Amino acid sequence: MKKTGSQILLESLKMEKVEVIFNYPGGAILPLIDELPCWNLKKILVRHEQAAVHAADGYARASGKTGVCLVTSGPGATNTVTGIATAFMDSIPVVVLTGQVPTALIGNDAFQEADIIGITRPCTKYNYLATDVRKLSQIIREAFHIARSGRPGPVLVDLPKDVLTDATEFRYPEEIYIKGYQPTVDGHIPQIKRALRLILKARRPVIYAGGGIVSSGASKELIKLAEMLRIPVTMTLMGLGGFPGTHPLSLGMLGMHGTYRANMAVTECDLLVAIGARFDDRVTGKIEGFSPKSKKIHIDIDPTSISKNVRVDIPVVGDCKRVLAKMIAFLQEEGGVKEYRGSLDKWHERIEKWGKTHPLTYQQTQVIKPQYVIEKIYELTKGEAIITTEVGQNQMWAAQFYLFDHPRSLLTSGGLGTMGYGFPAAIGAQVAFPERTVVDIAGDGSIQMNIQELATAVHNKLPVKVAILNNGYLGMVRQWQELFYERKYSLTHIGEVSPDFVKLAEAYGAVGLRATRPEEVVPVIQEALRIPYPVLMDFVVEPEEGVYPMVPAGEPIDQMLLV
Amino acid sequence: MRHTISVLVENELGVLARVAGLFSGRGFNIESLSVAETLDPTVSTMTIVTRGDDQIIEQVTKQLNKLVCVIKVMDLEGKDYVEREMVLVKVAAKAETRAEILRITDIFRGKVVDVSPKSYAIEVTGDEDKIRAFLELLKPIGIKEVARTGRVALARG
Repeated sequence: MKKTGSQILLESLKMEKVEVIFNYPGGAILPLIDELPCWNLKKILVRHEQAAVHAADGYARASGKTGVCLVTSGPGATNTVTGIATAFMDSIPVVVLTGQVPTALIGNDAFQEADIIGITRPCTKYNYLATDVRKLSQIIREAFHIARSGRPGPVLVDLPKDVLTDATEFRYPEEIYIKGYQPTVDGHIPQIKRALRLILKARRPVIYAGGGIVSSGASKELIKLAEMLRIPVTMTLMGLGGFPGTHPLSLGMLGMHGTYRANMAVTECDLLVAIGARFDDRVTGKIEGFSPKSKKIHIDIDPTSISKNVRVDIPVVGDCKRVLAKMIAFLQEEGGVKEYRGSLDKWHERIEKWGKTHPLTYQQTQVIKPQYVIEKIYELTKGEAIITTEVGQNQMWAAQFYLFDHPRSLLTSGGLGTMGYGFPAAIGAQVAFPERTVVDIAGDGSIQMNIQELATAVHNKLPVKVAILNNGYLGMVRQWQELFYERKYSLTHIGEVSPDFVKLAEAYGAVGLRATRPEEVVPVIQEALRIPYPVLMDFVVEPEEGVYPMVPAGEPIDQMLLV
Repeated sequence: MRHTISVLVENELGVLARVAGLFSGRGFNIESLSVAETLDPTVSTMTIVTRGDDQIIEQVTKQLNKLVCVIKVMDLEGKDYVEREMVLVKVAAKAETRAEILRITDIFRGKVVDVSPKSYAIEVTGDEDKIRAFLELLKPIGIKEVARTGRVALARG
């Protein structure tokens, strides 16, 4: 029996075990929207297409599954670009389905037409224009395969309206073979052995773990390897949770707002083992001063990430989980680990000293400190919440003061730094895990970028909590203006005309709570966690609090400004 | 340093834009690019000439390899290969220069492919130096128009 393109698409999503789809309707995808009610698929109607992608992205990051969203042509499609670029920079598997004008009108400047294939070519892992209903199931099969395999990423499928209404026999391909796409997942054995020999010789080694640990599910292997060899581990922002933040070997985050001990350890180490991390400029600071005394090993599934910014001595291309598992197996076979453990005592003593002399800290006053709010959220959620963040100071304080012990518990826009990401991502995470506590840590600036999604949370009964660290400023930009632009706070003081967030929450049918004094912080968080509805917490915090340590842009990472 | 890179790609919509976009998006310069179908109509060959130090060329080839539509990438630099380019030149032809033009064309093993009362159109194939030398000789006579294919290359053996 023949099926329409819309039916074929939905059959294909079923074959891919898609459970939820984030949508915003429009003319070009009406045939598909019309078909949706007949399918056993959770449908989340967002209020802006950007949020549809962020929500699908948050769903993917939290669950490890592929997120799916559906929007219409033209402005619907172009509104997804920020979300797509966000997922692309952080290697998140998302399939974005966009409507398109009928094939006969493509290129004619038709109403609500946009060349979304051209627009998103640089920020998708791959994209497809489906021009023939007979190829649609093949395209969807490939799109999911490409999105989730190798180094994951967003794939866009553009669906002309006539392709959705045309009909053909449905057959879902069991096997696919894409000539040009064969990711290397198994590391090269001789390279792995070379890397191990170097590790066993090192006297001041550091592991530098990135988002690849989380996306490949390599946390257990990382913990095992670090414990076997007693190597301290620092993480990128994207790597937080990939190694437990409370583990004795954890140095915390590295880089511009990393811990003193992590930055000093990386600067002084004689071996740096980068795993699933890409030497981002926010991590390395001035390249010439980055870990100058070390040999470098880099394990990554993406060969283009290796030696892109920093030359490495031993590259290992492969999936982090598989490579680490092989390393552990070789170590267990070959022995020699025991005597190595003792040889790192002096190194650990040095690191401990750095940690004691310059811990992460802040000065408590009569005004609420944002770091205090994060600490209390950590305590009251027992470290078990899924935390999403917006971008800026709120993001860095969350990274510093919420000790992430589990992978997929921090969802944040690391690569692109997208303000407005956290709240829709929290919605996606809450859809994936309805029973878990999901908290978006936000700034008063960032939250206003996608605040319309309060309607989505209320409409879909998603009990997401938003903690606004309200300082009246675009805080991170203000901090840079304070330090490098002589306190000229041009365009960053937004507090003069901000909404009353409590009333705003109520206007949407959510719950609004406010704390203006330190002693109100705990009761507000407790109340928010108790309420089974979306809650917006407005914490009026110290306006000019800064994020420290801070490495000024262009400086080496051991040159930190401290509190 | 100049590198000639041969790239096998899927012969499908938008591949050229993907490859060219990769170069422009990352600030790599393309000196020359030619593309055409292979014996297999689903596959095309691109010959790309670019410049850069070792690190840039390593990134270029890695990034090309990463594209889903790219099947194989071969940097021909340091390998034994043949490289050719074709040029079509329309040159002004007056009575007193016609013989000279034909003589030069003959020396460069070129071919006259069009004649008019005021011009010749000539086809010459060869490496970059040969094409440049040919054009230099014709310049004083009066070149009206030039169309070049860009380089194509094949590894020897």
